[in-house]
Amino acid sequence: MIKVENLHKTYGKNEVLKGITTEIKEKEVIAVIGPSGSGKSTFLRCINRLEEPTSGEIRVGGTLITEKNVMKVRENLGMVFQHFYLFPHKTVLENLIYAPVKVKGVAKTQAIKTAEELLKKVGLFEKRNEYPNRLSGGQKQRVAIARALAMNPTVMLFDEPTSALDPEMVKEVLAVMKDLAESGMTMIIVTHEMGFAKEVADRILFLEGGMLVEDSTPAEFFSAPKSARAKEFLDKVL
Amino acid sequence: MFDFSSVVPSIPYILQGLGVTLEIVIFATIIGLVLGILLALCKIGTIKPLKWFAEFYTSIFRGTPLVLQLMIIYYAMPQIIGFNIEAMPAAIIAFGLNSAAYISEIIRAGINAVDKGQQEAAKALGVPYGKMMKDIILPQAMKNILPSLMNEFITLNKESAIVTVIGALDIMRRAYVVGGDTFRYLEPLLIAGLIYYIMTLVLTFLGKMIEKRMRRSD
Repeated sequence: MIKVENLHKTYGKNEVLKGITTEIKEKEVIAVIGPSGSGKSTFLRCINRLEEPTSGEIRVGGTLITEKNVMKVRENLGMVFQHFYLFPHKTVLENLIYAPVKVKGVAKTQAIKTAEELLKKVGLFEKRNEYPNRLSGGQKQRVAIARALAMNPTVMLFDEPTSALDPEMVKEVLAVMKDLAESGMTMIIVTHEMGFAKEVADRILFLEGGMLVEDSTPAEFFSAPKSARAKEFLDKVL
Repeated sequence: MFDFSSVVPSIPYILQGLGVTLEIVIFATIIGLVLGILLALCKIGTIKPLKWFAEFYTSIFRGTPLVLQLMIIYYAMPQIIGFNIEAMPAAIIAFGLNSAAYISEIIRAGINAVDKGQQEAAKALGVPYGKMMKDIILPQAMKNILPSLMNEFITLNKESAIVTVIGALDIMRRAYVVGGDTFRYLEPLLIAGLIYYIMTLVLTFLGKMIEKRMRRSD
C-alpha cells in the first residue's frame, strides 16, 4: 500500500530523518512510537508531503509521489492532526462536506448523506449544525476524523491525535480509532498511547534519532524489545 | 456669530455632494479591496518578482502624500497618455490605488495571523491553493481584520475631501463654493463637517453589524 524508500529529511544542518525504509500493507495498523524529536511526526508528514522529503521515494498504491501528483494522492490519504484544525468558520457538517464537494466534485446531497452517516459513526450527529468552537477537544477530534473519512481515503494518518486532549477525552477518540482499525482501514498512527498501540496495532515502528530502530509486532516490542534504545525508552514511559 | 439663514437655501446644493463623495468612496473601496487582496497574495506568495513588486508598490503609495498622487493622476498623467482625465475617474483611481496599498498590508497581516494548521488541514484534504485561500484562509483573515478594514474605509471616506483640489464637486468643495458665494464660511463648513460625521457614524454602525454577523461561529 505504502512503500517508503531511503527517506531523508534535513532542516538546514539538522538531519531529522536519516534514511527510513519500510513498507505498509493494506489494512495494516501501524503505531509509530519513539522519544520526542525522533522524527516520527516528520516521517508521517513526509508521506502526504506536508513536508518535502530531502531525498528518498514514497509510493502510495504503487504510484510514486511527486510534486505534480501530490494533490491527487492526498485525496486518498486522510490526515488527523494533534490540534484538530477544524475550519472554525464552518459548521461541523460544512467541515465534512467541503472537500468532497469542492475537491472531488461529489454532489452536495450525496456528500451530506455520507457526512451524516460518518457523524453518526463517531457519535456526533446531533452536533452537525454546531460550530467547532462549541465542541470539546474530544468532540473536535472525532469531527476531524470524520472529516478525513469523508474523502473516502484508503489510508489514514494520525499525528499524535490524543496529545492535545484532556485525559478524560482520550478514550472517546481512541474508541473511534479502534472501530476504524477493526473496519479494516489502513492506518499509520504516531502516538504516545502505549496501551492503545499494544492493543490495536499490527506493527510497531520505533524511531530514534531519525532512524527506524525497531520494526516488530506489539507482543515482541513490549515484552522483549530487540534494541537497547527501545528498552531504555520503554523503561521511561511504562 | 452664527447665521444659518443665508446658508439654508444652499443646503440641498451641499447635500448633492454626498453622491459625489459616495461614488468616489464606493468605487475606490472596490478597487482598493480587490487590488489589496491581490497585492497581499503576492506578498505572502513564493514568486519573488511579484513579492518585490507588491512591496515596492506599497512603499511608494504609503511613502508619498495622497494629494500628490491625486495631482499626478489628474494634472500630470495627461502629459504621458495624451488625453485629459475627468476629475471623478482621477479621484477614484487615486484613492483606489492608494487604499490598495494600506488594505494589502492589513490583509497580509490578517492572513499571517490565521493558524498555519488551517493551511495544512486544507492541503491534507487535497484542496488546491486558490480554493484554500478563497474558502478557508481569507474568510478567517477577514473576520480578524474587519475592525482595521472599517477604519481604513472611514479614513478613506473623510480623506476623500481632498478631491476638492482637483475641483470635483464633493461635499467639501460645495461647502467651500457656498462660503465664497455668501461670504460666510463658518456655517457651510460646519454643515459639511456634520455630514462627514454622520457618514462616519453610519459606517461605524455598519461595521459593527458585519462584525456581529461574522461572530456567529464563536
